[in-house]
Amino acid sequence: MLSDIIGPVMVGPSSSHTAGAAKLGRLARRVWNDEVSKVDIYLRGSFAATYWGHGTDKALVGGLLGFLPHDERIKDALNIARERGMEYRFFAENIDGAHPNSVRFVLYGNDRTMEVVGASLGGGVVELQEIDGFRLSLKGDLAALVTFHVDRPGVLATVTGLLAKHDVNIATMHLYRQGRGGKAAMVIEIDGDLKQEAKEELQRSHPALMRVIFIPLAEGDLI
Amino acid sequence: MRSFEEILKLCDVDLEFYEAVMELESRESGKDFDSIYSFMASMLDAMEQSVNSALNTEFKGRLMEDEARRFGKYISQTEDLLSGKFIANASHIALAVSQYNSNMGRIVAAPTAGSCGILPGLLFAYKNLYAPSRDALVKALIVAGGVGEVIQKRATLAGAEGGCQAECGAAAAMGSAALTYLKGGSAEASAHAAALTIKSVMGLVCDSVAGLVEVPCIKRNGTLVALASICADMALAGVRSVIPPDEVVDAMRQVGKALPETLRETSKGGLAVTPKARAIEKNIFSQITPLTES
Repeated sequence: MLSDIIGPVMVGPSSSHTAGAAKLGRLARRVWNDEVSKVDIYLRGSFAATYWGHGTDKALVGGLLGFLPHDERIKDALNIARERGMEYRFFAENIDGAHPNSVRFVLYGNDRTMEVVGASLGGGVVELQEIDGFRLSLKGDLAALVTFHVDRPGVLATVTGLLAKHDVNIATMHLYRQGRGGKAAMVIEIDGDLKQEAKEELQRSHPALMRVIFIPLAEGDLI
Repeated sequence: MRSFEEILKLCDVDLEFYEAVMELESRESGKDFDSIYSFMASMLDAMEQSVNSALNTEFKGRLMEDEARRFGKYISQTEDLLSGKFIANASHIALAVSQYNSNMGRIVAAPTAGSCGILPGLLFAYKNLYAPSRDALVKALIVAGGVGEVIQKRATLAGAEGGCQAECGAAAAMGSAALTYLKGGSAEASAHAAALTIKSVMGLVCDSVAGLVEVPCIKRNGTLVALASICADMALAGVRSVIPPDEVVDAMRQVGKALPETLRETSKGGLAVTPKARAIEKNIFSQITPLTES
């Protein structure tokens, strides 16, 4: 695709360490699905080694503020975060087997916390790799829903049935489980967005469903 | 598009290089010509914005001074430039855009952020000197995109995989083909301009000092516009690469693979391990508060 060769329009200097980092911050914000007021950011591998030279810290915080990779405010993101009252802290961590360009966010809200791990794969392409310790894979180009459930018959059929009922087209779908009958997760990317009514119905559609996370469509992310 | 051969075959049936690229892109992506064209036009506009912003922004580098400004001043005061008006102007723009990228300015990756000065340098120096239509520049950018795609498919555009030949080298090859198109060269001439360029950057390593996109990246942007220009002139004159363009790209892939990891964006070889680079690194690290290990 020509758009892989010319573009993206982005704030420099590095497509994986700056543009990719901004995308990861924004993806974490979308999974959190709210303003981020407090976050701890753990840098791994070359993110930790060169963050200062590639503006990775600014890009990650900029993304958490909702900025796109081409938003020139990224350069000033740390100040903007302070002005908006976002508390952030950076740490380095060594994790065996972690992707060399990866980051773990721990997001804190009034009554909830969430842990999200993502990696920058190169050329500005990113992948969300973990939510609350559960390994999965999500690129974030489309709106998506992630279910956490017990590995029992019927969950998939119930969820996809409901999506069909609400006339939602499934773009991609992946199932993950930590052993037969144990904890399981499902990532479904959809075309378009999900109505509130469908979300509420999904939350209580099957007794084995423990939690459903909705990741809204991100306007402008495909630039 | 996987080969120059594929592009040139379509050009034999009466298409121009940019039309063949659009045709192949349309077949592969399902997009119509209008949307491909308007996307590339929007990229050209973003590139022009980056040029204007870059030329009007002072550069504060960690490792180097505002060399674009220094060079711009020199060329505006010098009548008999050794490298001529076009190359000097292209180099000035390429340095400025590349510096702007290094300072977290907004640029168009073309094909990468580290090589983002070369295409704007060539296209907008051409605009300054020859006043072509916007349409001609968009078509030239499509030609450049086609060349980049062939390199991506047959070799790589990532410094971590292929060294600097894959980034600044690829950008120069793309720009050389685009210039050849703008000067009225045939599709075959554009392909050979790209091949001649790649042959002269074969094996160029990625050895950035302290891991920053600054030394030697910025000046390589500023110098490789000259190579792109002379290769375009040669191709326009009818000079042809003895090794066919696709085979040249294949050789580039093989050379990239043969490069040791120390010379592929790891800052562990070449200029990055010279005594001066080591001293710079030490100085920089002394100014950074290390992150707390969790």
